[in-house]
Amino acid sequence: MKRFIQLYLELDSTNKTSRKETALISYFQDAPPRDAAWVVTYLIGKRPRTAITAKHVRMAAIEAASIPPWLFEESYEAVGDLAETVSLLLDDQDRTTSGTLSHWIEDRLITRTTADDQEKVTTLRGWWDELDQSGRFVLTKLITGGWRVGVSQRLITRALAQTFDLPVDIVAHRLMGRWQPDDGFYERLTASDTRDAEAGKPYPFFLASPLEEDLATLGDCRDWLVEWKWDGIRAQIIKRCDQVFIWSRGEELVSEQFPELVAAAGALPNGTVLDGEICAYSKESSPHPKVLPFNELQRRLGRKTVGKKLLGEVPVMLLAYDLLEHGGIDIRGTACSDRRNLLAVLVRNINQDDTISISAEVNGASWDEFSTLHQSSRERLVEGFVIKDRQSPYGVGRRRGSWWKFKVDPYTIDAVLLYAQRGHGRRASLYTDYTFGVWQDDQLITIAKAYSGLNDAEIREVDRFVRQNTIERFGPVRSVNPTLVMELSFEAIQRSSRHKSGIAVRFPRISRWRRDKKPPDADTIETIMALLPSPKR
Amino acid sequence: MLIQHTSRGLYCPAGDFYIDPWLPVPRAVITHAHGDHARFGCDSYLCAAPGVEPLSLRVEGIIQLIGYGEQISINGVRVSLHPAGHVLGSAQVRVEVKGEVWVVSGDYKREPDPTCAPFEVVSCHTFITESTFGLPVYRWPAGERVITQIYEWWSENAAAGRPSVLLSYVMGKSQRILAMLGEYDELPGPVYAHGALQQMNEAYRRAGIALMDAPNPVSVANNTDVFTTALVLAPPSAQSSSWLKRFKGCAVGRVSGWMRIRGRRRRLALDKGFVMSDHADWPALLTTISETGAERVIATHGNGSALTRFLVEQGVCAEAWTDKEWPEGEEQVQ
Ligand SMILES: [Zn+2]
Ligand SMILES: [Zn+2]
Repeated sequence: MKRFIQLYLELDSTNKTSRKETALISYFQDAPPRDAAWVVTYLIGKRPRTAITAKHVRMAAIEAASIPPWLFEESYEAVGDLAETVSLLLDDQDRTTSGTLSHWIEDRLITRTTADDQEKVTTLRGWWDELDQSGRFVLTKLITGGWRVGVSQRLITRALAQTFDLPVDIVAHRLMGRWQPDDGFYERLTASDTRDAEAGKPYPFFLASPLEEDLATLGDCRDWLVEWKWDGIRAQIIKRCDQVFIWSRGEELVSEQFPELVAAAGALPNGTVLDGEICAYSKESSPHPKVLPFNELQRRLGRKTVGKKLLGEVPVMLLAYDLLEHGGIDIRGTACSDRRNLLAVLVRNINQDDTISISAEVNGASWDEFSTLHQSSRERLVEGFVIKDRQSPYGVGRRRGSWWKFKVDPYTIDAVLLYAQRGHGRRASLYTDYTFGVWQDDQLITIAKAYSGLNDAEIREVDRFVRQNTIERFGPVRSVNPTLVMELSFEAIQRSSRHKSGIAVRFPRISRWRRDKKPPDADTIETIMALLPSPKR
Repeated sequence: MLIQHTSRGLYCPAGDFYIDPWLPVPRAVITHAHGDHARFGCDSYLCAAPGVEPLSLRVEGIIQLIGYGEQISINGVRVSLHPAGHVLGSAQVRVEVKGEVWVVSGDYKREPDPTCAPFEVVSCHTFITESTFGLPVYRWPAGERVITQIYEWWSENAAAGRPSVLLSYVMGKSQRILAMLGEYDELPGPVYAHGALQQMNEAYRRAGIALMDAPNPVSVANNTDVFTTALVLAPPSAQSSSWLKRFKGCAVGRVSGWMRIRGRRRRLALDKGFVMSDHADWPALLTTISETGAERVIATHGNGSALTRFLVEQGVCAEAWTDKEWPEGEEQVQ
């Protein structure tokens, strides 16, 4: 535990990735495997269920600091982090921490218990008593999660690869999927023998980089494969050893959520891995299925089981666009166009219904033609193009050059700042989360929340504005005098019965502060309604 | 009300004078020379004698001085200034009319500071207290401990050939650090200071404060190699300036009470935050309020509403003036 606290302090005390990597490497070099396995688990954001929860943390802190609950909440609001609030409220003390990290976790934190809330609070206060300020912070973080030390899964992967002299993609592969930080895991993770891909292991996804330039800058258009950029979930479907695994890009095994895909993929030969987009579609528009917008698909997400009714209402399909493994062989190193040819044959052979389809190639004779087609993206309910170098292999992560995404320009509207809420983490002390409104008759109704888009100086300015122009406070939220007008941009707009305004926008962000505009200049709900796409029938 | 909040600042109607006004007025009583308390353009200023050097860097016009504890009469109101322990010359303002006593704390702290007189508890009926750090998460470690942390951080950086750039407020904090480091017999390397600090250091020296042997102005270094083991003091604004570029591979630390909050430090993209403040922390606010014996407490700045709500629940008559207009201070910016 002491060594882990030290690692945490090292990671937290520098802003530079290289120094963080050095700290991780020196930790992995001599950490006991069991501790190291937990460190990997926690730092990549996984967290086992603990008997003591955030609720008990709050109760124990209020008790230990002898302050009223509202004052704890105000403190938390100023700090923005539960574990940190606790560590700052208690008197600091000198303590030498004993016990290994795995002992603290396995024998204390995740042990099952029949204790009631008050007993748990007492236990937690006892643990805090054994630790100094940073120790308490780290222990409480093990309960609440969210380290915010600027360590990404990529950085962990690189540090492990460096420490154990392994290729980065092997480590990335081993870190994907479902595993428990048990004895075997860390051994497998760091094993020098790399023939260990288990049946269900997906490949790291290759990601497209945004193309900011003109299409013509890509050179000869015949060298590029152009596809529609579907508005669904990126996924890999794996068929090995007569089993089907579906992985989403969030490295989540989502097979149970899509039984129709599992059934369809059963027809694939063993040793096949497809990469594509899961989309909701309408069966009524047969012979060609019509892909539905993302918010339809959303109804299918995050469920453990999917009922018959929902399956019928929102069927999904895979629009496959790449083949990573064929006949049990990793073919990621072969050319994109060759992989696509194999994919076409494969999809044609399973020949059932539309559940697994190929994502059609967009055909054009020149970039000009493609540009014209690109303008129809919105009516087609796609986000634009994905453009792939026909000769390129399938890479790891986001590497510029061979896969590009070319999105349609976002929609923009002018809206008025109505509510502000404090941010979290880095921005905990500032009002950074905003809710905007537009006009409906003579009233401003909320249209979107936006968190990003302003620079630090502007954020501070808005923060000051919010403090000086508060009308009312509701917990951490303040309503403000409608004064500031901002231009919001978003990727898509849909009708929604769940929103008061009747519409939902996707990925809203602030594109600029319209200091030149006053609230009466903001958009009306009617003009926004007019942006709703009228899909082709 | 002996003292009221107005659009120009705190005002004493009986004596017709303002305390720390932010707009020009004929007569200003100044608690200390920080920018949010001492504003340019008034006809006359009254301050505590030890504060004259820093104050005359900020303002022009007539500066009237009185010693700590010395009582004068302004239009029949008895006024005296008492040490606030915040920075050199900082004062609490005691105002008395017909036996009723109000004290305006200005900014204050209870921790020892080699560059200024220690805070003095002044009994009063109404205490107008600052509350910049009015939440229980603000609790300062001992200053000695923080100086040790700075020393160790600097040593580590020097050993690795990294310049240590330390950001702190131009007035008060920087001199406090210099004075405390001056107590070491040996330092890990030379000390340099940003040009903005030189003037204030000189003002402190003129006032007889023993700072460490003149830190070198950065501009005199003829070769950037000398910085590899150096501690460079600079104002917070230097962080985003090109001035910082000459310190290749430097580690950047900051000394402020706000560094208690990790999110603040991360937002500022600092390598290291040192928790040292010239303001009262939560325990010091509570102790001070209780020691003044005040029947009524008014909190200004920062988290005043949390502080006063807490006091009210403890049975103290308290109100917050934090929603009123105040100038933005150095302490409030970050
Ligand atoms: Zn001050
Ligand atoms: Zn101040």
